[in-house]
Amino acid sequence: MTGADTDTLKQTPLHGLHVGLGGRMVPFAGYEMPVQYPAGIVAEHRQTRLNAGLFDVSHMGQAVLAGPNHDAICAAMERLVPGDIAGLARGRIRYTQFTNPQGGIIDDLMVTRPASEGDSGKLFLVVNASRKDIDYAWMRDNLPADIALEPVEDRALIAIQGPAAEAVLARHCPPASGLAFMSSVMADIAGIACQVSRCGYTGEDGFEISVPADQAQGLAETFLAEADVEPVGLGARDTLRLEAGLCLYGNDIDETTSPVEADLVWSIGKRRREAGGFIGEERILKEIAGGTVRRRAGLKPAGRAPAREGSEVQDKSGNEIGVVTSGGFGPTVEGPVAMGYVETASSAPGTPLDLIVRQKAVDAEVVKLPFVKPNYKR
Amino acid sequence: MSDVRYTEEHEWVRLEGDIAVIGITDHAQEQLGDVVFVELPQVGTEVAKGGDAGVVESVKAASDIYAPVSGEIVEVNQALEDEPAKINQDAEGAAWFMKIKLSDTGELDGLMDDAAYKTFVEENS
Repeated sequence: MTGADTDTLKQTPLHGLHVGLGGRMVPFAGYEMPVQYPAGIVAEHRQTRLNAGLFDVSHMGQAVLAGPNHDAICAAMERLVPGDIAGLARGRIRYTQFTNPQGGIIDDLMVTRPASEGDSGKLFLVVNASRKDIDYAWMRDNLPADIALEPVEDRALIAIQGPAAEAVLARHCPPASGLAFMSSVMADIAGIACQVSRCGYTGEDGFEISVPADQAQGLAETFLAEADVEPVGLGARDTLRLEAGLCLYGNDIDETTSPVEADLVWSIGKRRREAGGFIGEERILKEIAGGTVRRRAGLKPAGRAPAREGSEVQDKSGNEIGVVTSGGFGPTVEGPVAMGYVETASSAPGTPLDLIVRQKAVDAEVVKLPFVKPNYKR
Repeated sequence: MSDVRYTEEHEWVRLEGDIAVIGITDHAQEQLGDVVFVELPQVGTEVAKGGDAGVVESVKAASDIYAPVSGEIVEVNQALEDEPAKINQDAEGAAWFMKIKLSDTGELDGLMDDAAYKTFVEENS
């Protein structure tokens, strides 16, 4: 917690704001980021579930892919991801994954087809901070010469998440407050030209706002001046996404896990399942048809002891059948929550199993994800 | 409170006769953040100075509690297991962890007093 070498860490455009708000800054994916503010992780988590939280997600990679036209850019992108990109209407967002030749996941990402006709032939991407260099190199190596990758380095990304997010946006940006879930639009907020997307990583309704870096602090302060908005750090971002059953790259998905094992088949469109045409399709299509040996599942420990990442999963006979990939305390659940990979035969909800915590078996059962009912705007 | 001693593991030890009352410091709870789980030792077990004597977990991480002195566990604060958040509210008071019947009162001499602990915290933060 202390003594970390912070000299080489990057800072986001909101760094000064975090420090001013009393944020506890920690190294994360090469950036100095607030893990929490004085309110603390539990209070920040509840704030997001009950009202609205403001998150700095500027460390994530924003990039534009530009090609000669929509068909060309979709054909190029669909080589790299199993998601249906060609089927995206203007202003719509898709969750998908970059897959490697072995069918593993290089990263998971959001792909937006811009709303404006003037942006035809472009896609807007948001990728994980910890993976952006790898993603950009992968795209440069695997995209045709007529597709240009343009990392966006001069914009911050601010998320407003929670049931009050729509009302907050309605006060500052009426055109965005009526957006459908997984849609995006260019709009002015407090006179600042922003790209507003209705999506998030908390299981709540909310928005992610791409804003010019030099105006990010002013925008954040505008939101924080609202009574229903409080700043929320990475600690609560993790508990929120875990309760929502959402994967964290590096924990729940990596270059060895396939989208099928990770229970992300819902993100692979029907046309893509039938026609294939993406890197790693051999394993992924085979697994969609024939199943997998292991599968990501929700795990609910009995009692109060959290089972953390790396805890072994055993069946009731003491055989090792998997591992916890994310685990901790869920403030809304008011108890421990976890997810991990288990043998498919033991992955049905209701299956009793043991999690090994400090060399002792803790009773647990497989549960359907998410732990908390999503509150997305449909 | 001159009869309270501190360890480098951020525990406090208050002597009541030959019984040492043990908890974690306010600085420790602040560093941990919201405490969500506590595991206390069994009453009647013997612990050696520096040995495992429990676990405290915040939302973020698990930390071991080490026995600051040797002796027999004579009482634990069971209320903490049901309401771990008490540790954030009153770490150096009502949220004590355990009581140890000392086997060697001399072990207390090696612990820090209030002023030394304050200096230690400042130097290590």
